[in-house]
Amino acid sequence: MSLDLEPFLVSLRLGLWVTGLLLVICFPLAWVFARSRGRWVVWVESTTSLPLVLSPTVLGFYLLILLSPRGAIGRLFMSVFHLRLAFTFAGIVIGGCVASLPFMLTALKTGIQGVPTQLLDASYTLGKGRLETILRVVVPNMRSGIAAGLVNTFAHTIGGFGVMLMVGGSLPGVTKVVSIAVYERVESLDFASAHVYSAILVGVSYIGVLLLNRLQRREARR
Amino acid sequence: MLYFDIKKRLRAGAKVFRLDAAFCLEEGSFLGIRGASGSGKTTLLRCLAGLCRPDSGGIRLGEELWYGSRPPVFLPPQRRSVGLVFQDYALFPNMTVYGNVFYATGDRKRTLELLELARLTELERHFPHELSGGQRQRTALARALGRRPRLLLLDEPLSALDESLRYSLGDELIRIQRETGVTAILVSHSREEISRLCTEVLELAEGRILGAGAEDRFEELRAGSAAEAGSA
Repeated sequence: MSLDLEPFLVSLRLGLWVTGLLLVICFPLAWVFARSRGRWVVWVESTTSLPLVLSPTVLGFYLLILLSPRGAIGRLFMSVFHLRLAFTFAGIVIGGCVASLPFMLTALKTGIQGVPTQLLDASYTLGKGRLETILRVVVPNMRSGIAAGLVNTFAHTIGGFGVMLMVGGSLPGVTKVVSIAVYERVESLDFASAHVYSAILVGVSYIGVLLLNRLQRREARR
Repeated sequence: MLYFDIKKRLRAGAKVFRLDAAFCLEEGSFLGIRGASGSGKTTLLRCLAGLCRPDSGGIRLGEELWYGSRPPVFLPPQRRSVGLVFQDYALFPNMTVYGNVFYATGDRKRTLELLELARLTELERHFPHELSGGQRQRTALARALGRRPRLLLLDEPLSALDESLRYSLGDELIRIQRETGVTAILVSHSREEISRLCTEVLELAEGRILGAGAEDRFEELRAGSAAEAGSA
């Protein structure tokens, strides 16, 4: 058994990129979903929840078509950034963002809803604008929501398989993530390596969820 | 002089009614607004604070127009010189007593002054969840005074406290209002509380003013207007 650590590094990089990007992208969306009473919200929200229930292979298939050099997004990235997306690391980052979007969005939305609107009103009457209120009042009081978003998104992304395989293929050191490595090891009957890879993935996910639960318990006591 | 004329459609449960209240208040006085729950008291306060937009009318404090329907003027809460004490205090749980007050003042010296005024100096490092009801109330009051508001709004500030505290904190409120000279409006369903604290009274029922006037003559005035209404 020769243990190749490269798939871990790819997964780790992917997880960090996707989690960071989604935190930035999802916060404004979650804010709108949490605060808006418009009827259109349920339509948009249902669309963003779709990756939760859709087969990753189907999601990956559509993403591949969109990200391919002839697809809408692929063409756009090619002409603006001279960046190829299909079967590249950038491509699986986008795929990961789409697949993990509902995890971050739901956690942030729940977190925002947990901050009483009275705190916002109080901040406004104390002369503070919306941005300062969000940064100094909302964000610090939804820490467990943010932590849930980070942990769930990261764990879901580093464990991703279907979308990554469809969009990225299995290029060693570029798009071959841990789950794909496990699949390939099992296929070649190298169960020992598959065990090690899987155990590490279980361990990392467990530690993440454990830390999250501890934080949430501590916050609940306040 | 604070002048307000606030008209707004309201919904309390299944009932829809119209808040329609106009009043003039000398600066430095302490007005109590009383009425049953769902009479529009809190909405009136929120309109004054700028957290809620009336349908029509006007709000003016001295020379400053805060709200006007024609031509449309609406100053957001940030640009009104108000302090608001919420019914459940709405203290920021992530900040200490000092932090809550400093958030409003942005100035260390002023913060310490306010903590002293509200007798909170020894508690400055405590977080809201470590405080008693009365201490929270005093923190909320100190914070609301942080921007040196010309108008202090108090939404049932004593209702969450037990009787003995209600009494002593009522005295604190009067003291602080007199020391700062701020124009104050207190909303309460308790007739006793208002008559003890306020110099002027306004009574609301289903959004309309039933009676208003100086506290010491209020019952007399109200009886008079009721008799007038009866004879009309």
